Amino acid sequence: MTTPATTTTATPVLRRRVARTLTYLSLVGASAVVLLPLLVVVLTSLKTERQMADDSGALTLPDSFLNLGNYATAFRDGEMLTAFGNTAFILFFAITGTVLIGSMAAYAIDRFAFRFRKPVVALFLVATLVPGVTTQVATFQIVDSLGMFDTLWAPIALYMGTDIVSIYIFLQFMRSIPVSLDESARLDGANAFTIYRKVIFPLLKPAIATVVIVKGITVYNDFYIPFLYLPSDDRGVISTSLFRFKGPFGAHWETISAGAILVVLPTLIAFLLLQRFIYNGFTRGATK
Amino acid sequence: MRRARLWRTLTPWLFLAAPLTLLIVFTYAPVANMLAYSFTDWDGVSPELTYTGPDNYVEIFTRPELFQVFFVSGYYLAASAVQIGLALYFATILSFNVRFRNLFKGILFFPYLINGVAIGFVFLYFFQDGGTLDSVLALFGHESDRTWLGSPTSANISLASVSVWRYTGLNFVLFLGAIQSIPGELYEAAELDGANRWHQFRFIIAPGIRPVLSLSVILSISGSLSVFEIPYIMTGGATGTETFVIQTVKLAFQFNKTGLASAAAVVLLLIILAVTWLQRRLVPDDRVDLV
Repeated sequence: MTTPATTTTATPVLRRRVARTLTYLSLVGASAVVLLPLLVVVLTSLKTERQMADDSGALTLPDSFLNLGNYATAFRDGEMLTAFGNTAFILFFAITGTVLIGSMAAYAIDRFAFRFRKPVVALFLVATLVPGVTTQVATFQIVDSLGMFDTLWAPIALYMGTDIVSIYIFLQFMRSIPVSLDESARLDGANAFTIYRKVIFPLLKPAIATVVIVKGITVYNDFYIPFLYLPSDDRGVISTSLFRFKGPFGAHWETISAGAILVVLPTLIAFLLLQRFIYNGFTRGATK
Repeated sequence: MRRARLWRTLTPWLFLAAPLTLLIVFTYAPVANMLAYSFTDWDGVSPELTYTGPDNYVEIFTRPELFQVFFVSGYYLAASAVQIGLALYFATILSFNVRFRNLFKGILFFPYLINGVAIGFVFLYFFQDGGTLDSVLALFGHESDRTWLGSPTSANISLASVSVWRYTGLNFVLFLGAIQSIPGELYEAAELDGANRWHQFRFIIAPGIRPVLSLSVILSISGSLSVFEIPYIMTGGATGTETFVIQTVKLAFQFNKTGLASAAAVVLLLIILAVTWLQRRLVPDDRVDLV
């Protein structure tokens, strides 16, 4: 489709047209499969309890598109404000920590020739092979013995400590920064810390953006770690608070739907604003 | 002079202090502890624990109800194959000029960004009696009276298709990125030589994205073995949908069998390491350019 048809006989043109139609059909079909479950939940979140009870089916439109009562209920009774607060707190510290720690590790590994450099790199490398879910039983005991269980510091420490992907991203990027920059700064009398802070760190900006996005989405959506480490009601993050809807709201699908939409909305907004960076972040983050 | 040299050797370690500490405390210490626990009958709370040798491992492989969770992974493995196939197809067609390309790209990728709990609820409603799926089927004149999450087979198929819905976008974006790094002249040259779309896929795209493809395969195998979120949120592991990780979490945190749970985790870890090793052997060109 990038170049005009080279032949003008009827059959290839026809064949091309059929292929094109099928291509678009498959794309539209896939989009419907992706969007339909979400759209129905949006519709459900706008229905009243009465309308839910009259058994008219999931695809009917709500009586009013302005019925935001369920959102209010979900927000208030689901304690979403606390949840968003806790999530924001964890996001801030986990991301700041990951950026600092990852860039420092990458700086040390890439810019210094020191003894045991290879074993250190190997330590980071082998750690990627250990899936986090397998070790949580043992990690739990360590977090507990550090007195961090049921505090927001537990997830923060775990997100910072297990993030080897970001070290890779920084490392990859750091290689593209010419060493001559370091050297000229050194001639001006700067020591290693000044070079890291004033030369390297500012130049890492694109890599930092990638790490912030990839990490941010992972932390915002994670369920496993807060579920294990933050059992108290007032330490709910958005995942665990939403999960608790299952109890009190039971079969109240209109409220559960509103809660789910409340949680997805920030992601959607971030995605629409940052599309290009998000794609880049994932292609860079996941292949390493 | 000596002081200066001391500083020089110390500097990299100062930068590495924090990352290395975290790495050891939260990755290597747990792995070591887990190995140690797996040979004991520890309950995770009491100070007493006795060394039981390989008993836990024997239990895992001899008690069928403990081992059977591995068969559930089969559903997710099959789902991964579907997922990779779909991702490959859409990545290929969307890497050529298609109208509304960015819109389709966004729609396909977005599910990957959605919170797992929200996805769980969306699909609980989807598979409900009279929920989204039943209503759609009714539109096409098909009144269904089956409960989608009611029997082990249909429940597992339903849950595995949720994972296709959720993860196809990630594979798709990875493939798309890889395809776009293939120089465009190659297609033009191929087209001049009379290659059609299938030839272009077969001889240019497929070899060009081999490293990413093999990475996706390995990620989906280890992913299929460590499924947790969606089945836990949607069914809690009921009606035969319990996965390996759900079982381990229950053993450790509900039944206080830390020893047995650790042994289970070690088994899972070993399987994943074996799979990774095998992939590295089979696709040696997947270079690790860390150093």
